[in-house]
Amino acid sequence: MSAAALEARGLTRHFGALTATDDVSFAIQPGARQALIGPNGAGKTTLINLLTGVIKPTAGQIWLAGRDVTHLASSARVRIGLSRTFQINQLFPDMTPAESLALAISERNGSGADFWRALGSRPAIVAEIAELLARFGLEADMDLPTRKLAYGKQRLLEIALALATRPRVLLLDEPAAGVPEEERRDILAALAALPSDVAILLIEHDMDLVFNFADRISVLVAGRLLAEGAPETIAADERVRAVYLGEDAHG
Amino acid sequence: MSVPDSAETMQRLTAHLRRRARWRWPEILFWLAIPAAIFVLPSRAGIINEVLIAGLFALSLDLILGLTGIVSLGHAAFLGLGAYAAAILASKGFADPTLGLAFGAVVAALVGFVTAPLLLRGGDLTRLMVTLGVSLMLGELANRNGWLTGGADGLNFSMAPVLGLFSIGFTGQRNAALYSFAVLFILFVIARRLAHSSFGLSLTAIRENRLRAGALGVDTRRRIIGVYTVAAAYAGAAGALLAQTTQIVSLDLFDFHRSADAMLMLIIGGAGYLYGGLIGAAAFIVLRDVISAATPEYWEFWIGLALVILVLVGRGRIAAAPRRLISLIAPRAAHRGVA
Repeated sequence: MSAAALEARGLTRHFGALTATDDVSFAIQPGARQALIGPNGAGKTTLINLLTGVIKPTAGQIWLAGRDVTHLASSARVRIGLSRTFQINQLFPDMTPAESLALAISERNGSGADFWRALGSRPAIVAEIAELLARFGLEADMDLPTRKLAYGKQRLLEIALALATRPRVLLLDEPAAGVPEEERRDILAALAALPSDVAILLIEHDMDLVFNFADRISVLVAGRLLAEGAPETIAADERVRAVYLGEDAHG
Repeated sequence: MSVPDSAETMQRLTAHLRRRARWRWPEILFWLAIPAAIFVLPSRAGIINEVLIAGLFALSLDLILGLTGIVSLGHAAFLGLGAYAAAILASKGFADPTLGLAFGAVVAALVGFVTAPLLLRGGDLTRLMVTLGVSLMLGELANRNGWLTGGADGLNFSMAPVLGLFSIGFTGQRNAALYSFAVLFILFVIARRLAHSSFGLSLTAIRENRLRAGALGVDTRRRIIGVYTVAAAYAGAAGALLAQTTQIVSLDLFDFHRSADAMLMLIIGGAGYLYGGLIGAAAFIVLRDVISAATPEYWEFWIGLALVILVLVGRGRIAAAPRRLISLIAPRAAHRGVA
């Protein structure tokens, strides 16, 4: 049996008396399109932070492509193929998209600590930046400081940066959050065009997006996995409907 | 998959990424002007030497503060270490300046490397206190170990000629300034390469958004330790130059005001684009010289007033004029002041 791209085993995290993540086990297969949904406060952000190594679990393990990474620093996890985007843009405001991508690519291919050769002196990196800029429609803005980019373009750069690390597993944290309607289509197209060999875990509130994108859905409620399965199964699940009826009342 | 409209995009992209690494003529003029000034104004060689050394010290602070966004109020620790290392070596009979310079830089780098992990935790306030604390401790160690450092009396020693040819010191102030200039220029060129490399880019990324830098695989701790070690070596080299060209060291090298002065120079000249420390050092020292000549007793009052005005009114106005000019030299100037 081939190893799952990413696997959580009995993942638990306490904050004082609060159990934010409660014995969560799940696996994402290579190339999967999986979604993680759940009402506000379900612990989705804590789970992402556990998976990416921003916080340490109280109990349980995290495996990445057959390797126990529970005790690995987050930057080390990135280097072996676990990358993420952020719900609230985490970009480099004064760096340009081209420079930001140059950084991500250099770190991935091991030339990030090179203190001698000038940026742009490695044609392979330049070609890869050009390819990513084209893929995400960022060529026209490549030499502007990131803070001057339209919000939708910044969201695209979020994804482009994560993809530049060549992940096996990509965690997308509400990629379309706050994007105005007219720029939304670009984000959806970019998501649809992500490489098929990359396993993707999409954390999202927008059910249209989730049911369009995912071939498997996990439902997190109060830190526990409530249900997991194909979109049809989840849509028909009484417990999930009950949770989301409450959600709909104020959303 | 879309294939980029290759040749043209590649060219534009390469030019964009390399724009800061390219040498521009105002920069070249800047570097030619310094030795010219030393030859044209030999009677001012002493103060030029002082500016060059202060500029190197401020440059070393710029590597951590301007480039990486790590604040320090104790950078004088490395200035003092480099100076004392070079002085002690010379007083033991190893009077070759190049050897002493290397020794001063290496000793400072080692201490920088060992203390850098202290900077990884906490916020700016923590770092200000930690760096200040380290410099106080080192100053007190120098004070207590008089058998090695001469204690409160300091050390007097003499230096051999640079490369066995050019004597420095009171009889060779022009040579001393040229020696400092050569060292500054070489170290500047190295710092410039570093700043425009992928390592330098990762430092900028750490300053701009450390969380995201880590999320892209940058080992932020190692990079910070790396640049702090380099900055310590630079400060150590500045200290060694100061010791060698004045042929005296005293405990005030570790003083808080040395760290604060370097930060002021950097604020005056603008942080983050490498020239700020050099320009700030020149402005600061010339200003101090002019004012103290006019009112020997109250010069600190006037320099204090000038700084308050510069920082309050000048940010964005007085400071913007030279910055705009400098942005012709290096576009990074527009980047950012000090937090």
